[in-house]
Amino acid sequence: MGTTASQLRKDLLSEYQELTFLTKQEIILAHKRFSELLSKEDRNVPTPRVPMEKVLSLPELKSNPFRKRICHVFSTSDMKDGSLTFEDFLDLLSAFSDPATLEIKSHYAFRIFDFDDDGTLDGGDLEKLVNCLTGETDDTRLTTEEMRQLISNILEESDIDKDGTVNLSEFQHVISRSPDFVSSFKIVL
Amino acid sequence: KIPFMVPECQAFVEEFEGALGKGKGRKLYAYKVMMAKKMIKFNRDFDNFKTACIPWERKIKEVESHFGSSVASYFIFLRWMYGLNLVLFAFMFGLVVLPEVMMGLPYGSIPRKTVPRAEQDRAMDISVLLDFGGYCKYSILFYGFYNDERTIGVLQFRLPLSYLLVGVGIFGYSLMVVIRTMARNSDEGGDGGDDGQFTFAFKMFTSWDYLIGNPETADNKYASITTSFKESIVDEQENQKDENIHLRRFLRVLANFLILCSLGGSGFLIYFVVKRSQEFANLDQDELSWFEKNEVEFVMSLLGLVCPPLFETIAELEEYHPRIALKWQLGRIFALFLGNLYTFLFALFDEVNAKLEKEKSIRNATIWGLNEYYSNYSSYHNTTDIPPPDIHPADVIRGPCWETAVGIEFVKLTVSDIQVTYMTILIGDFLRAMIVRFLNYCWCWDLEAGFPSYGEFDISGNVLGLIFNQGMIWMGAFYAPGLVGLNVLRLLTSMYYQCWAVMSCNVPHERVFKASKSNNFYMGLLLLVLFLSLLPVVYTIMTLPPSFDCGPFSGREQMYNVVMETIENDLPAFIGNIFTYATNPGLILPAVLLMVLAIYYLNATSKNYQNANLELKKKMQMKTDRNSNKKSSLFSIGKSLGIWPKI
Repeated sequence: MGTTASQLRKDLLSEYQELTFLTKQEIILAHKRFSELLSKEDRNVPTPRVPMEKVLSLPELKSNPFRKRICHVFSTSDMKDGSLTFEDFLDLLSAFSDPATLEIKSHYAFRIFDFDDDGTLDGGDLEKLVNCLTGETDDTRLTTEEMRQLISNILEESDIDKDGTVNLSEFQHVISRSPDFVSSFKIVL
Repeated sequence: KIPFMVPECQAFVEEFEGALGKGKGRKLYAYKVMMAKKMIKFNRDFDNFKTACIPWERKIKEVESHFGSSVASYFIFLRWMYGLNLVLFAFMFGLVVLPEVMMGLPYGSIPRKTVPRAEQDRAMDISVLLDFGGYCKYSILFYGFYNDERTIGVLQFRLPLSYLLVGVGIFGYSLMVVIRTMARNSDEGGDGGDDGQFTFAFKMFTSWDYLIGNPETADNKYASITTSFKESIVDEQENQKDENIHLRRFLRVLANFLILCSLGGSGFLIYFVVKRSQEFANLDQDELSWFEKNEVEFVMSLLGLVCPPLFETIAELEEYHPRIALKWQLGRIFALFLGNLYTFLFALFDEVNAKLEKEKSIRNATIWGLNEYYSNYSSYHNTTDIPPPDIHPADVIRGPCWETAVGIEFVKLTVSDIQVTYMTILIGDFLRAMIVRFLNYCWCWDLEAGFPSYGEFDISGNVLGLIFNQGMIWMGAFYAPGLVGLNVLRLLTSMYYQCWAVMSCNVPHERVFKASKSNNFYMGLLLLVLFLSLLPVVYTIMTLPPSFDCGPFSGREQMYNVVMETIENDLPAFIGNIFTYATNPGLILPAVLLMVLAIYYLNATSKNYQNANLELKKKMQMKTDRNSNKKSSLFSIGKSLGIWPKI
């Protein structure tokens, strides 16, 4: 077992403080939680990566319907497998922290909702989004007719240039009018 | 993204930083840069420290992950109130109570600080103490204890002036803090005025609460989101066909009439009960039951408990949309509490006036007795140098001291409010949860799913209760300096008690509530309550004469005369002149007029901005319509000419 996983170096700590919205205690706590997720062999690797399944076991993410998308968005892995290094993890916490600005949150929210990673939210993305929100069981899903109606209503509200998709600026325009977004788009360890 | 080149970049900047400063001032520039860096680091450490100091963060986070951000917003509000009360307590304690205790005369030295001879043998009884009589009444808790010497102790501390300034300063500080919080909230609230413009988009993109960490809550949230989607779709499709608009209008008028009746009834009941308590006060205390002694507080708390569900049932007649119905409900509960409080105050004022009348006769008797003593002494001993009468402080005739009586009423009201709240939680939530959990094994229907099931946390009821409790504290703090300390203790225990109760006895809401828009609404209510509780206190300071033998203003014509005396005696002459000019009505009226005009102007400007906003939106819409038309027409032309490549 040995001592607790390598302590965070002081210079790295101050660097992380400057580059993220997190406070010192939050970064130290994040490091502790991240080290708990690492398997024994990975601990001595210079930049360890935690596989997606382990990240999804965190209680803060376990009940979130967008957990897989969150991992994919913040992951810098070449294999696109959603695994996170510690810096990716800090990135995630910083974007979801309280002092993060509306632009940053809406930017990441857009990328999370963009299921096919094509830079716009088209009908398919919106449909997958609604299915995530309405839960897994069959009796909570919407019927195809309701789904069609819902998506056309949304596009009518948010699609300003009427191209059938919601791009980043239209999305940010909608989000900036919402009073609840900043307070609900938060994850705290 | 955190760039991996950061160490190299930093090293480069540090190496060449000195070179950025020009020529002669290089050393000074380098020094300035170093100080700036140290300042940034210090600020960051201080921010870290401040965040670590915030209490109960873990507890609230736990509640949040189980119940969502709306329930947690109540606890955040409670914590904010606790902070506010702590500061008020620090003011009151440090500037009024502590000087009197440390530098003033001790208990028993002068009449106002001693229990009268007639009450002494009962002064230590528990029942008397619980009623805040006996030793409690003649202690620092209440107004009557404080002495009216202009300066006390080695430091020449001016206690009466300090008492008045702290009493008024409490309102000033609270006002400042509430308005600052409101401004901060409205800043991040965004433009809430566009209600209904983005209903579907908001539901899609912003309805999930990312703080939820509990699977049961998540399931509830899924269900509520689905319901709200289906509801909005149906809402959008159906037209508002009113089957019978006349019936609906009649029912609404009927409902309002019934509610007005019950409001009037409750006001009358309180007035009647307070009048009866005055009669009881004249009877022998031993013959009254506990119920009769505490009738007023009991009735007020009971009304606060029974009327809101009554209003909710009557409101079913009205068939409003749930959000509008909630607003009506909150407004009615607010009117109920307000009406009760002000009826209570008016009844109290009658009592005060009666006491003032009685005081006049006692005061005349005391002055007459003193004159008699002087004339007898001088005629007997044939001197003019007469020592003060040698009577034990407990035997001196006392005036009725209306301020202490008012203070006692407020303290009793607060205490009974606390008791009722805690009892309600214990019985309504805890006992209910126990019954549902344990009786479920041997009951005919499923207690957990049907009636009564576990309770949900009533956010609006609790927040309103908190706001009105604070209103009572603001009103009573001037007459009972110990009340603020009592409130601090109450908020502290409330936090732990309610956190425990919510985690162990409540279930998450079925219909999920949006907290954020309501945040400023509750702050607005708090502001209104602050103004309404300021009025009685300012009225009494300005018009009612203080008691002649108790409290820090005794012997003066009006309470605010302390300020005038200080200005005349302690401050240099020209400040007195400034004040005389400033309080001239000829100056005040134009100032008020100017402020009214400023408000009108700002209102007009903001309306203009809103109009300009709408115009811009319309222009943007027209422009994109035109563009998309152009695009589609160009596209169809291109297609027909075969220009566009095959995709």
